Amino acid sequence: MRIEVRDIVFGYTKGKKVLDGVSLSIEAGERVALVGPSGCGKSTLSQIIAGALKPESGEVLFAGKSLPRRGFCPIQLIRQHPEKAVNPRWKLGRTLAEAWAPDDSFLAAMGIEKAWLDRYPAELSGGELQRFCIARALAPETRFIIADEISTMLDVITQAQLWELLLHAASSRGLGILAVTHSERLAAHVSSRIIDFTPHMP
Amino acid sequence: MYGKGFSQHLLKTISNLNIGVREGEILAVAGSSGSGKSLLAHAALGILPKNAVIEGGMAWRGAPLDAALHKRLRGREIALVPQSVAYLDPLIRVGRQISNDSQTVGRLFARYHLKPGTEKLFPHELSGGMTRRVMICAALAGGPKLVIADEPTPGLTPHLAEHAMRHFREIADGGAGVILITHDIDLAVRHADRIAVLYAGTAAEVADASDFADAALLRHPYSKALWAAMPQNGFVAAAGAQPYAGELPPGCLYAPRCPECSPECMAAPPQPRSVRGGEVSCCNAH
Repeated sequence: MRIEVRDIVFGYTKGKKVLDGVSLSIEAGERVALVGPSGCGKSTLSQIIAGALKPESGEVLFAGKSLPRRGFCPIQLIRQHPEKAVNPRWKLGRTLAEAWAPDDSFLAAMGIEKAWLDRYPAELSGGELQRFCIARALAPETRFIIADEISTMLDVITQAQLWELLLHAASSRGLGILAVTHSERLAAHVSSRIIDFTPHMP
Repeated sequence: MYGKGFSQHLLKTISNLNIGVREGEILAVAGSSGSGKSLLAHAALGILPKNAVIEGGMAWRGAPLDAALHKRLRGREIALVPQSVAYLDPLIRVGRQISNDSQTVGRLFARYHLKPGTEKLFPHELSGGMTRRVMICAALAGGPKLVIADEPTPGLTPHLAEHAMRHFREIADGGAGVILITHDIDLAVRHADRIAVLYAGTAAEVADASDFADAALLRHPYSKALWAAMPQNGFVAAAGAQPYAGELPPGCLYAPRCPECSPECMAAPPQPRSVRGGEVSCCNAH
């Protein structure tokens, strides 16, 4: 169940392409890191692969088919700013339940305390909130995780904790990971292949 | 902090925090999110909200730093380089936001390689790197003795971040103290003279940046855990999380996660003391 990205073209303003004919493929269960300078389109590509943005042209194939338009997407995106990825007016228990119903042992393994389920996002730190976003993305139907700078704003201990959780879950379930990062050291640590996304400047 | 509806409760976000910065040095204040870094900056500038409850004191060159002195110093001798590029007024040309004196503006712009004519531009006409330099100029216009930089590098490429840090070193070399607030311990180690490691609103350790070369040179178990979690040092994650400000333990704030925790650690918060040339708040440090 590999991901095929074919000739993706995308731009936010007319006549200015952020992505111009990007193609890549990732095998099932493979761990790939995507590195490159800021503004080169890493996050845009992440969103397109996860089906959160529609490309102007080109296609993303998962297991040979295009992504489902409705229902659960087997490619799940974890975003850079967890506070922008959850509903601020929902308690986190509800946010988590929207994706799936994890049992207590899974929550314990993710380092999520039961009391947090009853809190609003503003009452948790960024690292705590990001655990919910990771837990939410690890629903049983998930086959692939796209981690878009999930730990840059966090301290190194939390960063190491989150990656430990994610890598452990990925290896026990055979999930593939695309990790977007600025840090070459992190890329070397979490992936077996690095894609350098430095663009050809027009 | 608001609870349910409009009921309010008090959150003790900073406690037992002792920190000093000297002339000519860069002091990095490093800590996880929610450790009180930005509150510390706001306290130093005297811009905490009116309903904040503050105990303890601050001193400025030997004199007690009170509201009246704050008002005199702020924006002149104490300056902030804000985190976000959104701190510039979008409707005013950048030159006027720095100083009414065009000579000062010209001198600062020349020093930071901003072309003549930049002062006539509006903030939206600047690139990210230019905006950052303009904000540094704005902080320096009053000839500050203390510059507080609040997370100046996120979003910058490593190359631009190095460049920004060189600016702060220049400011320190000019005789001012620089407080560099960051969660990036790697950056702090490479560019600061001393590092204050904040944990849950208290200073766990204040050490020379060179002490971060080896875990054995560090004093506090939390600084050692930070060291071990850096990707180049093994990427080992200590278990647990920083306590929520509403549920602080009675003793040492790190005790629930500490591998060296003893019964006395649970009883009362440790007082800062001097160990091997650094300040540490830990009963077991040696």
